[in-house]
Amino acid sequence: MERIPILQMGKFLLVTIQVDMHDQLALTLQDDLSERISTTSARGVLIDISALDMVDSFIGRMISTISGLSKIMDAETMLVGMQPAVAITLVELGLTLPGVSTALNVERGMKLLQERVNRQ
Amino acid sequence: MTVRSSGTQPINIEQDVVLARQTARKLATECGMRLIDLTKMVTAVSELARNTMVYGGGGDMDWQILDEDHKVGLRLTFRDEGPGIADIKLAMTDGWTSGSGMGLGLTGAKRLVEEFELDTEPGKGTRITITRWT
Amino acid sequence: MAALQNSTLDAMKNKQAQLLGEWINGLQTSGASRNLKDHDLQQQTSEFLQLIVSGLENDNGNNVNAPGWEETRQFLEKLSHSRAQLGQDSQQTASFIFALKGPLFSLLQNHYREQPALLAEQLWEVSELLDAFGLHTIRTFQKSREAVIKRQQEELLELSTPVVKLWDGVLALPMIGTLDSQRTQVVMESLLQRIVDTGSEIAIIDITGVPTVDTLVAQHLLKTVTAIRLMGADCIISGVRPQIAQTIVHLGLDLQGVVTKANLADALKLALTRLGISLGKAV
Repeated sequence: MERIPILQMGKFLLVTIQVDMHDQLALTLQDDLSERISTTSARGVLIDISALDMVDSFIGRMISTISGLSKIMDAETMLVGMQPAVAITLVELGLTLPGVSTALNVERGMKLLQERVNRQ
Repeated sequence: MTVRSSGTQPINIEQDVVLARQTARKLATECGMRLIDLTKMVTAVSELARNTMVYGGGGDMDWQILDEDHKVGLRLTFRDEGPGIADIKLAMTDGWTSGSGMGLGLTGAKRLVEEFELDTEPGKGTRITITRWT
Repeated sequence: MAALQNSTLDAMKNKQAQLLGEWINGLQTSGASRNLKDHDLQQQTSEFLQLIVSGLENDNGNNVNAPGWEETRQFLEKLSHSRAQLGQDSQQTASFIFALKGPLFSLLQNHYREQPALLAEQLWEVSELLDAFGLHTIRTFQKSREAVIKRQQEELLELSTPVVKLWDGVLALPMIGTLDSQRTQVVMESLLQRIVDTGSEIAIIDITGVPTVDTLVAQHLLKTVTAIRLMGADCIISGVRPQIAQTIVHLGLDLQGVVTKANLADALKLALTRLGISLGKAV
């Protein structure tokens, strides 16, 4: 079955979404991530969407769900690389992803996650 | 106003939603739409195609590229022979905020396009037509 | 209204070369063909004449909106469009068609020398047809120009709202004039793109030059701020005059935690603090 790869980088997990996902693929990612967070005791999940030129309500919900799930498992989710056209569209759709932290790119995202983990 | 070209494709399984997005992207590019308008259109298509599959029990997406004066337009119709929408107001709200999950997020999709037509009746299926002009 | 006689059509077909020659001459003398290459002019005149002749042969009558004249209309639309791009005005474009009348009338006068009544009738038919096409061309030309103007307006909008880099990681967007929906969209997009291109974490939107802030304007601003935050940057709004602050409170507008500053300098100070930059005097 097709899966989106999850990389482990120290205490963090990195997911780079580069394909036009069909719904099942998104749900599989959700499941895979919650499992990996659990098995690795990850403290942060970085989702890189810089290659996505469209984010609809389904993917938006997936991101919110992942954010909620990880919080419960004591990990923080960081969404990075959102393209301007995607941001504008999400705002128009009314999807503001409350509770999801965002950063401009992977480097910044990692830095922020590290700072937050260090603070605890 | 003339129809430059048209076509149709089925929306029955998940993969069809992806294909619908790809077709919309290709057509919007052909119309010369700006990136932001193209993105809005493709996103609306994703929402409506998914609705057709999930709530309409499957259906079709018809598309047309229109020429009017010096504008080019992309018109897409999503139709199904499903249960139809009984409560249109509810359907316009977002599924995740309505709690019951019955909202179809149509208001959101409506904001992404220039023209939006909803034609539905319980037991008679649903037809939604969206249009964007360059 | 009698239709064009077959003999008129035959006359036109037989004397095509002569008609074209006189037509082109007329256009060149009047200066209507000034910016055109000879080759293009010849092609265009010959094609139009062909279309007219075949359209008449197929009995399409004088209603230029009839489906039978579709090809001719499309040809004229293309012609108008290309002339508009060349900077010609609508008079020059319509002259293209009207200049054909002279040669055609001479031709008919010759042909129907013995039949004045028929001549009058045929002249009228031909004139009506060409007038209708001329009008169609002018209308299409106008719409073309309107599209050009619209595009220029959009480009002007982008130019009138430049995004400025104040510091590494800090962009400023001075907004001047009224904020309407179209303007805000164009401006939003260029600001967001610059944020991504420069990797700037803070965008300062300065509204000193914005006369009034009502609910609609506030909504536009908030949409921009939300988009900026979704992308992973943040926003400070500066230039909030006391009157505007009052309006915001009166309207009960929720700024959703966006920090506002009275002027750009204060906003920059705050931005630098957030980025952990401190400035000191050289000793």
